[in-house]
Amino acid sequence: MAQKESTFLSMTLTLFLVTFVAATILGFIYDLTKADIALAKQQAQKEAIESVLPAFDTLGDSYKMQAEDSADSLEFFPAYDANQQLIGVAVKTFTKNGFSGLISIMAGFSPDGTITGFEVLEHKETPGLGAKMNAWFKDETKPGQNIIGKSPGTSNFEVSKDGGDVDAITASTITSRAFLEAVVRAYKTYQNAKEQPVAISKQTNEGGQS
Amino acid sequence: MEYIIIIIAAIFVNNIVLNQFLGVCPFLGVSKKISTAVGMTGAVTFVMVIATMVTYLIQVYILNPLGLQFLQTIFFILVIASLVQLVEIILKKVSPSLYQALGVFLPLITTNCAILGVAILTYQKEFNLMQGVVFAIANAIGFGLALVLFAGLREHLDLMNIPKGLKGTPIALIVAGILAMAFMGFSGLV
Amino acid sequence: MNQLQNFTKGFIKENPVFVLLLGMCPTLGVTSSAINGLGMGLATTFVLLMSNVVISTIKNVIPSKVKIPSFIVVIASLVTVVELVMQAYLPELYKSLGLFIPLIVVNCIVLGRAEAFASKNTIFSSAVDGLGMGLGFAFALTLLGAARELLGSGKIFDLTIFPEDYGMLLFVLAPGAFIVLGYLIALITRLNKA
Repeated sequence: MAQKESTFLSMTLTLFLVTFVAATILGFIYDLTKADIALAKQQAQKEAIESVLPAFDTLGDSYKMQAEDSADSLEFFPAYDANQQLIGVAVKTFTKNGFSGLISIMAGFSPDGTITGFEVLEHKETPGLGAKMNAWFKDETKPGQNIIGKSPGTSNFEVSKDGGDVDAITASTITSRAFLEAVVRAYKTYQNAKEQPVAISKQTNEGGQS
Repeated sequence: MEYIIIIIAAIFVNNIVLNQFLGVCPFLGVSKKISTAVGMTGAVTFVMVIATMVTYLIQVYILNPLGLQFLQTIFFILVIASLVQLVEIILKKVSPSLYQALGVFLPLITTNCAILGVAILTYQKEFNLMQGVVFAIANAIGFGLALVLFAGLREHLDLMNIPKGLKGTPIALIVAGILAMAFMGFSGLV
Repeated sequence: MNQLQNFTKGFIKENPVFVLLLGMCPTLGVTSSAINGLGMGLATTFVLLMSNVVISTIKNVIPSKVKIPSFIVVIASLVTVVELVMQAYLPELYKSLGLFIPLIVVNCIVLGRAEAFASKNTIFSSAVDGLGMGLGFAFALTLLGAARELLGSGKIFDLTIFPEDYGMLLFVLAPGAFIVLGYLIALITRLNKA
């Protein structure tokens, strides 16, 4: 098999050529897929928002609010109906206290603070245990664990083991605590964001964080 | 405190081999004797720390300002491959004794996904340079711990009466599974 | 060796995972479900096929001393292509495979086939070899993923076979990967002997 001699010039030249061709092709493909990648990300976010809020007409501009108990800020996506009435707000919230660290959740609230839905966006919880949270807390047949239609303002959003009103996932108390913490964080930040006195705020449980 | 959390998380909770499945090839390949396992650990630690530093600097000062993040994979692997060669040449000149101890393992390291994995993870976890270095050292220790423990177990395994069908790789993998199970006991620690 | 043998050797006889024991990291890391295993396997197949083709095309113009670096550049570019395309059109799968996509670069199978086969053979037989080996890899990952998914959660490709409550969670978790692979290798070795 004829192979080229390895002189300094031929080596440099080949490596340069290979890298050059590779970089050109990659740059081209990057350009080609850039728009679609951005679109896919947007689509995923839009789907998450749609799944946690009742049907809406338009999405308002998103804004960020600093969470009261953390330096990080949460992202808010207000949704309006055809008459520009606020239907609800989707809040991208998080907790770092999951069994394996970060859990990121999209939570939907109606203007009065009732939870209209939620979607777990990202987590590293144990498969088959903590990972069940996305189904567990919206199981309509089990009122003890379903949080949809409730409000952290009127019920105690802690796991029942800690004296709260929500049943924790079997064998996954830590995940459940973290999950509720994230939802309560979204709720409180949302209430602050409205910058108006909330009648029920006195009942808001302050011990929501674990 | 933050560094301690990084260290404990990397060594025990998210052990790079037993939990993240990075560097499994050398984990299975060079774990027949404790002495080779120790040598490999040394070489990996050395390259992992340098590679993490260099790739971090490239990412932050070259790729990010130019908007070339999509070239990350290609840049990182080239850096690691050249770095391994460079380390080999320098070590040969500067410290022949160290080269003798680690030399045979160096060529194997280019295709050790733990190195590239840690370099990418450091960037993904948004660590700064100092945290990145600590993360790299901790992961190298975690790799070493798993490798040496496993090598110890395999040395004993040679003396055991193992069912014929499971001899060799299968029993090694099953033992690795049990070791991974033991490490699961650390989960939830941080 | 005819092309058919060349193609089929990757499945059982020279299966990259079960027999050659290459590419262990993605094998263990992504196989918590059959679909993840299949996705990873196909992504690797694409890289393997393309890199074999490209490398056997350019093999004669590459000086031998810079062979490996050039191969690495080719492979890394192909992996980046896969990364970008997946991110754009299969974002869900991209998310669940995560770190293991860029790590295809250091998968020993790809560089191994480039060095051992593509740099010595014609373009056509290199393509056949790459496709066969890649599909063998995909087959192994899917099998392992399906076994773990079934034992762990009672499903295969999300189809429920038995109720999830009877699943042994261990098999979806890290230790299960090692243990199931161990038994599968023992089984394949036995089949190869027969």
